[in-house]
Order: sequence, then C-alpha cells, then structure tokens
Amino acid sequence: MRIVATVRIALRALRRNKMRSLLTMLGIIIGVASVISAVSLTTGATKQVESQVQSLGESVLTVFSGNQTTGGARGGWGSAPTLTVDDALAISKVPNAVAVSPEVRDRAQVLANGLNWNTQVIGEGPDYPQIRNWRIASGAMFTDQDVRGLTKTAVIGKTVVDQLFPNENPVGQTLRVRNIPFTIVGVLGAKGFNLFGQDQDDVVVIPYSSHMRRITSRTYVSSILVQAANDKVIDQVQQGITETLSARHRSREPDFTVRNQLELMQAVTETSKSMGFLLSGVAAVSLFVGGIGIMNIMLVSVTERTREIGIRMAVGARAADIVVQFLMEAVTLSAIGGMIGIGSGIGFSMLISVWKHTPAVTPVEWVVAAFVSSGFIGVVFGFYPAWKASKLDPIDALRYE
Amino acid sequence: MSAVIKLEEIHKIYHTGEVDVHAVRGVTLEMQKGEFVAIMGASGSGKSTVMNMLGCLDRPSKGRYLLDGIDVSGLDRDELADIRNEKIGFVFQGFNLLARTSALENVELPMLYVHRRVAGSEQRERAMKALDIVGLAQRSDHHPNQLSGGQQQRVAIARALVNQPALLLADEPTGNLDSQTSIEIMGVFQKLNDQGITIVMVTHELDIASYTRRNIIMRDGRVVTDEPVKHRLNAENELRKLREAQQAVNLA
Repeated sequence: MRIVATVRIALRALRRNKMRSLLTMLGIIIGVASVISAVSLTTGATKQVESQVQSLGESVLTVFSGNQTTGGARGGWGSAPTLTVDDALAISKVPNAVAVSPEVRDRAQVLANGLNWNTQVIGEGPDYPQIRNWRIASGAMFTDQDVRGLTKTAVIGKTVVDQLFPNENPVGQTLRVRNIPFTIVGVLGAKGFNLFGQDQDDVVVIPYSSHMRRITSRTYVSSILVQAANDKVIDQVQQGITETLSARHRSREPDFTVRNQLELMQAVTETSKSMGFLLSGVAAVSLFVGGIGIMNIMLVSVTERTREIGIRMAVGARAADIVVQFLMEAVTLSAIGGMIGIGSGIGFSMLISVWKHTPAVTPVEWVVAAFVSSGFIGVVFGFYPAWKASKLDPIDALRYE
Repeated sequence: MSAVIKLEEIHKIYHTGEVDVHAVRGVTLEMQKGEFVAIMGASGSGKSTVMNMLGCLDRPSKGRYLLDGIDVSGLDRDELADIRNEKIGFVFQGFNLLARTSALENVELPMLYVHRRVAGSEQRERAMKALDIVGLAQRSDHHPNQLSGGQQQRVAIARALVNQPALLLADEPTGNLDSQTSIEIMGVFQKLNDQGITIVMVTHELDIASYTRRNIIMRDGRVVTDEPVKHRLNAENELRKLREAQQAVNLA
C-alpha cells in the first residue's frame, strides 16, 4: 500500500474526531512547547552571557600581580608592586602574543565643560581597543608616540561623554584629571554593561606612561592585558607568560597570576550544559506521558473501528497493511502534535522575550530533535494498538457490532 | 468448463472450551465457472462456516479446498488475504461500506491492497466502471448515509467486482432489504451471472434462492439436497409483475 494513500487515510480518520485528536495531541503539544520555550529562553540567556564574555575581548589573558601582605593583612591579587612595564615588554616577545597592554587603574574626579564626574581613569597601551575588541566611535586612539612622549591625551567612554559633554562633540576638547588638562583625541563606542553589571563605558583611557608619571606616580602596573593569536594557542601563550615572568622575577613563590577569558566561558558552557540535561529530562518525561495518551486513544480507536478492520481484511489487507495504517495514524497524530508544540513553544518564548526584555534564541537542532522524537513516540506507542488491530480475526471483526 | 470451487471432504471443528463443535462434517462440492448457487439451511446447519471457508476467511480443519485450481487449505493468513484480494468479491448482509467515505472510494478499497500497484487514475477508472455496471455511476461521490439500502448494496457489489474476482460471494445479501429492493438486487446478480460471473450466495429465503440456478441445502454440517432450480424466477419479470400489481392497486 502506498504511503500517500496511507497518510490520507490517517488524516481522514483523525479529522473525523477533531476534538479527540486535539486532546490526544495535547500531551505532546504541551511537552514539546514547554521544552522548546525553555530551551529558547536559556539559549538566549547563554548567548547573551557569551557575547558579554566576548566583549571582554577575544582570546584575552590578564596577568595580575601577586598579593602583598602589609602588617598581617593580605592585599589580594594586584596589590603587590611586582609587575612592571618591562615585564609587559618581555611578554610581548612570547610567541603568539599578538598584542600587549600594561594596565594602570585608578578612580578620579574629572572636570570638563564646567561639569564634573567621578569615573575610572585607566592607563593603557595603544593596542587596548584592539585587545578589548572595542570600536573607536570618533577621533582616534592615542599612539605609541603618545606613550613614549607621556602626552596628555585621553580617549573617553560613552557614559563620560553623556555626563560631561551632553550634545557636544568632545573630540579636541579638554578634560581635567586631578587638575591636569588632557586633550580628548577619541571617543570609544558604546559597550554596555559587563558580566558583573559594571558600566564599561564609564571610563577615561590615557597612555599608561602618563598615568604612572602624572596621575599616580607609580613604577609598577596593576595588570597586563595580553591577546593571543587565537583561542587554540591561549594555553600555550599562558604558559609562555608564566615562564617569562618566573624567569624575570626569580621568586620562590609566583608573585603573579594569569587568568584567561576561556575559563569564564567554560563556566558558562557548563551551566548551559547542565540546563540542557535538565530540559532533556523534562522533555523525555512529557513525551512519554504524551505517548501514553496516544496509545490509549489508539486502543479505543482500534476497538471502535473493528468492523472497518474486518472489511479491509476481507478485501485483502494483510496484517502488515493494518499495522502500517494504524501506525501511520499514531505517527501523524504525534508529529502534528510535535509541530504545533514547536510552533507554540517558539511563539511563547517570543512573547516572554518581548515581555521580560530577555533574548530568546531557538536552536534548530532542538526543533529537529523535538520533531523527530515526537514522531518516534508515535511509532513506539502506536505499535501495540496497531499490532493488536492486525491480529483481529476477520470473521469476528466483520460481525463486531 | 473448469471447476472454480472444489471442496473435498471438508471438516470444520471449533474447539470452544470443553466441547468440540463439529460445524462441518465432510462436505464435498464442485462448482463450475458461471454457476449461480444458493446455499440454504437453518442456523447451525454449517452454511455460514462453509461460506467463511469458501471466502478464505477461515481454514478447514480437515479436507482440501481448491479455488480456481489453487489449493488454499494450507495457506497462512497473509496468503489468504492475497487470495481474497485477487479471487474473491464479498457482498455482506449489512453492506459493510466504510462510513463517511464516498461510494467511489469504497469501490477503490480492494485496489489499495493489490500487490501490483494500481495507478490512481486507473483505480478511479476501474471503480467508475464497476459503479456503472451496478447503475450507480452518477452517485459516485455520495457517502453511504446519503444512499438507500439497495444503493448501498449496489456499491458493495461494485466493490466486490472491481478486482475481477473468480468468485462473487454473497452472505444474505437481501437480508436487510425490502422485497422489491431484494428483487432488484437479485436482478443485478442475474445480470452479472449472465455475463459469466460465478456467484455463491447464502440465504434462508426460499423465494430469493429461486432466482439462482442451483440450490444446496445443508443440515447438521452436511449437504442434504443439491439440485438445479426447476422454476427459476427472472428478476425483470417479477419486477414488472410487481409494478403492474401496484398500478392496479392505485387504479382501484
């Protein structure tokens, strides 16, 4: 018996009892819809976190100095004055370290335009925007020459622009940091909040040399940003940095620590993976329950249509023909249920996404998996009723009232 | 003439609970191509059991059954299904049409199970031809509930004919019909038989049996009478007589 005819017969049989078919599908629909919407929302959230991690820069390692103990109080990473600009120069010779930027951090009150604002003032190298994957919105980044010449140049973030230069082009204007005038040469593009809820745009970036000499009068840097050529060599670069610094510092215990952004990514991936397992469990349970509903209705259907089965057998249907017919009905039922479930799951997640302002991303592989497994459920739970139908005795089936 | 049906010492024993029911006790019969046979008998005479075995819905416990030259007594379920599909057309007392399915699709049903696939257009063509033979071509899109009992039985006959079977089996085909419609259906059978189709029919109505050519009477699982019909009725004549009688009543 050809497949098209079988599907047509199945669809007609299901149309005959629209309400019942819909109620039977409901188990599958609810199961698939809840899984699809949950997956869409968690994937959306994960993607958001991932892009935030990305915003820290690609393949970026951060070298922090070790901790310093003062009068028994341990200062934590970055407190010891152990990292220097020369360390940064040495690190730039590590293979596959494509960009290095010594980093000095401080908070300061800044003045401009008759307004003032407390913000983060950081000293960086000229490669900073490249490392952080940060666009210059207008103007330009300061250069190596500015670093060497200790120039009073600054590149400022979007928030600082909003606070100090509302409705004005800040490029070329003067900004005072601790009363020292800096010329604004560029404006950074908006980057938004980072993973920890900090406003990344609330920043003034100046050459690290100027920072160390003119603002903080320090000889050491807070940290060193290093960009590896790609994610594959990140471990190798990390090892190179460790070796270089250990050789330079000759300390018994390491007085620095190297972190990479891949570790953070792994933590996020772990979370989404365990979420995925949980959702798969929910999916399996709800599909199982939906499958039992289908089996139940198919058994009723076989009993109701005993006479029809008898007629089909009398005119020459083999046992396999009857099995295929009822199996096709169960599969059609569960597959349609799966499709409706996928559709309403996507719809629901979009609704939540708009309502709660969270991103929703529906992964194609989950859609395919949901459809395939709902069809599979139809086969598994439709088989017993179909087999039962095929085992009917034609004489008894024809006489069935 | 070749024998369409050849039963040799057929026995059927049902094992129901503790008592074995010996429903058919040694029936030997031969029916030639083009015969029109009525099998009669009281309930429990074994006529239905014989009918089921003739229709390959059931297998004899003992004996041999040759249908169109093929020994079908030892075939399994699926092989019997194929034989039913190719060699036998069934007409039932209760019509047994699929509800909410058009007459045309009901007639197409046996072709769905043919091994050599029949193209959709050919199915339609053959089904329409079969409906035309029973005079219902213009009602091919009607569903069973839109048809009278006689019309439903005609659809069932068309379905039985569509695979050009060697044998048409009718189980009390007029049991659910009034007397005039019964005669009309017998007229259809007589016309088909005149074209050379072999028909075997089970009935308990003597007047219906007299439209056939040969009557077999069974009792207690055995054939007790097997004789040609002496005063064969012609459905067309009987219908004309009936109409004249009705007209006379109307005039009076």
